[in-house]
Amino acid sequence: MRDQRLWTWQIAAGGLVLLLLGAHMTVMHLDALVGAFNPAGGRPIDWANVVARGRTVTFFVGYVLLLGAALVHGLIGLRGILLELGPPADLGRALNGLLLVAGAGLFVLGTWAAWASFLLSRGS
Amino acid sequence: MIENAGHPNRLGVKGWVVGGRWGLERYLYTLHRVTGLGLLAYFLLHIFVTSSRALGRAAWQRSMQAVAGPLFELGEYLVFAAFAFHAANGIRLVLVELFGAVGPAIEPVYPYRTSLDVQRPLAIAALLLAAVVAVLGGLDFFLLGGE
Amino acid sequence: MATTEVVLRIRRFDPSSGGPPRWEDVPVSLAPGMTVLDALRWIKEGPSPTLTWRSSCRMGVCGSCGMFINGRPRLACNTQMADLHSTIVSVAPLPDFPIIRDLVPDLARMFDSHAALAPYLIRGDREEQERPTREYRQTPEEMERYLQFSYCIKCGCCLSACPTYATDPAYSGPMPLAQAQRYNADGRDGGFAARAAVLAGSRGPWRCHYAGECSRVCPKGVDPARAIQLLRRDLVLGALGLRRLRRPAPVVEAPRETRRRPDIPEAPTPSVTRV
Repeated sequence: MRDQRLWTWQIAAGGLVLLLLGAHMTVMHLDALVGAFNPAGGRPIDWANVVARGRTVTFFVGYVLLLGAALVHGLIGLRGILLELGPPADLGRALNGLLLVAGAGLFVLGTWAAWASFLLSRGS
Repeated sequence: MIENAGHPNRLGVKGWVVGGRWGLERYLYTLHRVTGLGLLAYFLLHIFVTSSRALGRAAWQRSMQAVAGPLFELGEYLVFAAFAFHAANGIRLVLVELFGAVGPAIEPVYPYRTSLDVQRPLAIAALLLAAVVAVLGGLDFFLLGGE
Repeated sequence: MATTEVVLRIRRFDPSSGGPPRWEDVPVSLAPGMTVLDALRWIKEGPSPTLTWRSSCRMGVCGSCGMFINGRPRLACNTQMADLHSTIVSVAPLPDFPIIRDLVPDLARMFDSHAALAPYLIRGDREEQERPTREYRQTPEEMERYLQFSYCIKCGCCLSACPTYATDPAYSGPMPLAQAQRYNADGRDGGFAARAAVLAGSRGPWRCHYAGECSRVCPKGVDPARAIQLLRRDLVLGALGLRRLRRPAPVVEAPRETRRRPDIPEAPTPSVTRV
């Protein structure tokens, strides 16, 4: 794979992760200070708040984007670190394939969860 | 292609950690790498844990029970702090690598002032930003009853 | 005057002996202004005649005597013993290069990577390049864009300091990448596209993470870290079509007619005449 293209995608994804993960951290971990998107009160991880967020299109789209961007950014980074160790060429190619499959699989899992949660929240 | 000869003399992975006496930016590089790997490891598990919400209230509460407790809370705070550093340093790296924060090429006059000196204020600002965010998170985690 | 005794701890390796590299301690009396290179020569002329290293100019311009001195890549001729402030001075060959003998590293990989990035002017006018009749136009401002990177003496210290070079056999290293930028930024060069094709892969600057050690150890202030980031930016902007395209500098005619500037006086009549 062209290292230049992967690096460019990693940086672009990093920018998106900065925004979305920053928002996610604010919602989940700066709740006592900022108090955003936890309409049911209590803790951000309480089921009522999870449902309240999960039912909105904003959070559904946001979570899927964050999932994709974070996987792209993190797995390209991991690939770089592992390839810097100088593995033989065929192991390097196998690594590329493995990370691609793992990333795709995790993206499918997370998107399914966000979608199912979206439907569940709206249905209940 | 000239043949490589001679006794092997590569520092290897030790070269990531020990290469001589370092500047600040070398330590930031190592810490960026360590926090990145830590965040990735947490993230991969996080996908599985949070996906349980798709299966309803009981599954979600079981997942949350599994990651409850003071040790997990400390671990989550470390993840938050790692994010604070990785994000702030990442902003600095993008400015340096893509937006010219290294400064233009100059005529080098001894004692040399390199791009490291030019971007040093940016590095300090990034560390301060990371510290502020980490402290705010710490307040939320440990003092104000958040999670 | 009080003399100071210092121990030079030197990494010795004799390929014919079959054993691994080992340390050898040699006491040296410091003389004022003594450099590490001076100490090595004193040792070779006295206690250890078989000690081997590379050096040439002894004044920091040839780049031959790069060594790992007290845990940092430096030029031996440029390093004053007194500036090290230690009673034991360790001297080892530059790390991340195979050792040929004693303090002599095998720099073949560095020069291979360097050659692979076309470190020379690439232009369409071969005839003019081979047999120049005129000069290429370049303003002082245009020269400043690459002048810093042209001071490189290819000593190899930057590659030894680089954490990526320590593990990654495919990475070009700071010097070759900085030299690629030296030519990309040179207004007389037209080879950006050719180099960009090579630099898009594993020979490119993508594994640099701005640890900055290369610039810290460079004895000539070349600042390869800066060159690599500027190179990276140019390559990414070029790939996105956002880089300003520039034709290589044209040739300019030498002035045919010259007129004296009004504020420059005439030369006096020569007092020595040709017989």
